[in-house]
Amino acid sequence: MIAFFVKRFFQAVVVMFVISLISFSIQDNLGDPLRELVGQAVSEEERQALRDEMGLNDPFLVQYVRFAKKAVQGDLGDSYFFKKPAFEVIMNKLPATLELVFGATVIIILFSVPVGVYSAINPQSWFSKTVMGLSIIGISIPVFLTAIGLIYLFAIELNWLPSYGRGETSTVMGWETGLLTVDGLQHLILPSCTLASIMLPLFIRLIRSEMMEVLQSEYVKFAWAKGISPRRIYFVHALKNTMLPVITVGGVQIGTMVAYTILTETVFQWPGMGFLFLEAVNRVDTPLIVAYLIVVGAIFVVTNTLVDLIYGLVNPTVKLAGK
Amino acid sequence: MPLLEVNNLDVCFGLRSGAVKALRDVSFTLERGERLGVVGESGAGKSVLGFSIINLLSRPGHISSGSVHFEGKDLASLAPGELRSIRGNRISMIFQDPMMTLNPVLTIGVQMIECLLAHRRMSKADAKRVALKKLQQVQIPSPEKRLDQYPHELSGGMRQRIVIAIGLLLDPDLIIADEPTTALDVTIQAEIMDLMLNLCEQNNVALILITHDLGVVSQVTQRMLVMYAGRIIEQGPTKEVINDAQHPYTQGLMNALPQMAIPGQKLNQIKGSMPPLQDIPKGCSFNPRCEYVMDICHQALPPFTRSGNCQVACHMMAESAQDKLQLKEV
Ligand SMILES: Nc1ncnc2c1ncn2[C@@H]1O[C@H](COP(=O)(O)OP(=O)(O)OP(=O)(O)O)[C@@H](O)[C@H]1O
Ligand SMILES: [Mg+2]
Repeated sequence: MIAFFVKRFFQAVVVMFVISLISFSIQDNLGDPLRELVGQAVSEEERQALRDEMGLNDPFLVQYVRFAKKAVQGDLGDSYFFKKPAFEVIMNKLPATLELVFGATVIIILFSVPVGVYSAINPQSWFSKTVMGLSIIGISIPVFLTAIGLIYLFAIELNWLPSYGRGETSTVMGWETGLLTVDGLQHLILPSCTLASIMLPLFIRLIRSEMMEVLQSEYVKFAWAKGISPRRIYFVHALKNTMLPVITVGGVQIGTMVAYTILTETVFQWPGMGFLFLEAVNRVDTPLIVAYLIVVGAIFVVTNTLVDLIYGLVNPTVKLAGK
Repeated sequence: MPLLEVNNLDVCFGLRSGAVKALRDVSFTLERGERLGVVGESGAGKSVLGFSIINLLSRPGHISSGSVHFEGKDLASLAPGELRSIRGNRISMIFQDPMMTLNPVLTIGVQMIECLLAHRRMSKADAKRVALKKLQQVQIPSPEKRLDQYPHELSGGMRQRIVIAIGLLLDPDLIIADEPTTALDVTIQAEIMDLMLNLCEQNNVALILITHDLGVVSQVTQRMLVMYAGRIIEQGPTKEVINDAQHPYTQGLMNALPQMAIPGQKLNQIKGSMPPLQDIPKGCSFNPRCEYVMDICHQALPPFTRSGNCQVACHMMAESAQDKLQLKEV
């Protein structure tokens, strides 16, 4: 167990190092921070002096080391626009994004597992064939179209659900959550459905094909030969083995979903990091962009670790080292 | 009444390229406690026969006609629920590769106990006790430990012992073993075969043993079937078939045994190979490879002819039998 975490920790360090390098190069190449900080009226000499003072004329490596030292302490510089530490600005928006991803994940699990399992067991039924057809169409529909369709139907025509913002939120232990109020939950439905729609067809197809393969296996055939009930064969013998590859692939996909929130948050005016990131890009607010990239990188590392842990729990042939 | 009576069994695989018949007109009987060997080349339909007895053919395979009467019930047309109460309970199966047969994510205990609970009203603790007893019967070292272990923690030989223990859990009347030792080490093969023979004898369990190994067939079984291209071509008491094979194909199998070869010479393999099921020749399916082929072999299916206690499907036998009949009439 300890060895597992040590190994994971070093992987995380490597990933964060790469991300910091990329982030720093972006910072180094994206626009001129001086222009954001000072107005047109400042003369060229004064600008040079400021540059020297801020260390912008130092060699790349020196600048990077300085950047990294501060970054390790959580100091990524102040956002040019908000005039506040970039890290803090991002972290304030993190709960909204994580709750969006969480909502989408719940929807994906709730739909893809039963549908995937059913269509693997009855591949010839009209339901399975319809689902397979729809999932191909689903994969190719762009997110913003899904979003607009949902908004049009549920917010405008039927007027059932709100179409933008997070609604009412409450704060629990410093975490601003929309999950505890009815209004907050209602606001979450359309954005998380939209976000889920990106991955849902993929998950259904993945679960279906994995399950079909498992159902062909010798051990499932042997389970039939033992005369145990079909329900037990499908949900104990087959599903557990199906979920192993699904957890690995799915975990990575859920990490990827954080990146997809940029579009969804923009369409639904969802006050999360993705929305903020897009604004930061427009304003060339480099500290904020860098902070966003680093936080997203951290989320990746954390989800991968969690996925490995869950995988180890489900699969007895994987022993977390040291157990 | 025999324990098992298979009559005119036909099995079809409905493939996109058309239906393929994997079994044709298979008939045989098995008495209580009797041990029957099934031999034949790869692809002859031995495994298909084994699975069709418990009606567990994987799609697109299905029984297209014929019957499988087991203790009076026709398994070929039984409702799924009733069929389930026979599988694993009255008839159990042992598969070829113990590495693939056990579910990798469930413990041995779970896989044994679920089988008992599916067929008997009993508590988990009782089921565990029965499982332990069966593990002892198959001579597994430290059986208590095994119940909590996963398949990957055990060797191939141990896993096959566990599969056998699962097969014995409910004291079945019949065990169908499809090449139970092929995937194992040579030294372990003999141990496992001995174990199976002893257990069947002690508990008066009937056995259908599918194998390529004629030596094992002669040691373990009392009667045997020889299959070729989906048909039975010879059946009878094992000793008679092995010592005095009548069908040219069976003779070929015997001559191909290593001990029949003259030292230093090549093995006497039967020339050619079994035709694919899609284009089996007209008449006797063995005719392209038969040394004694006659005109009639290309035209008509050979009927079963008695020869001693054996039944042989070969025109040569049929003709000599006819000659005898005519002699008698004259
Ligand atoms: N799932 C399937 N789909 C199509 N055809 C099949 C299928 N399973 C078996 N067959 C056909 O049935 C024939 C008999 O197969 P079977 O597995 O019974 O052979 P076997 O005698 O057990 O051979 P082996 O000694 O290699 O185990 C094969 O030639 C194959 O064409
Ligand atoms: Mg076989």
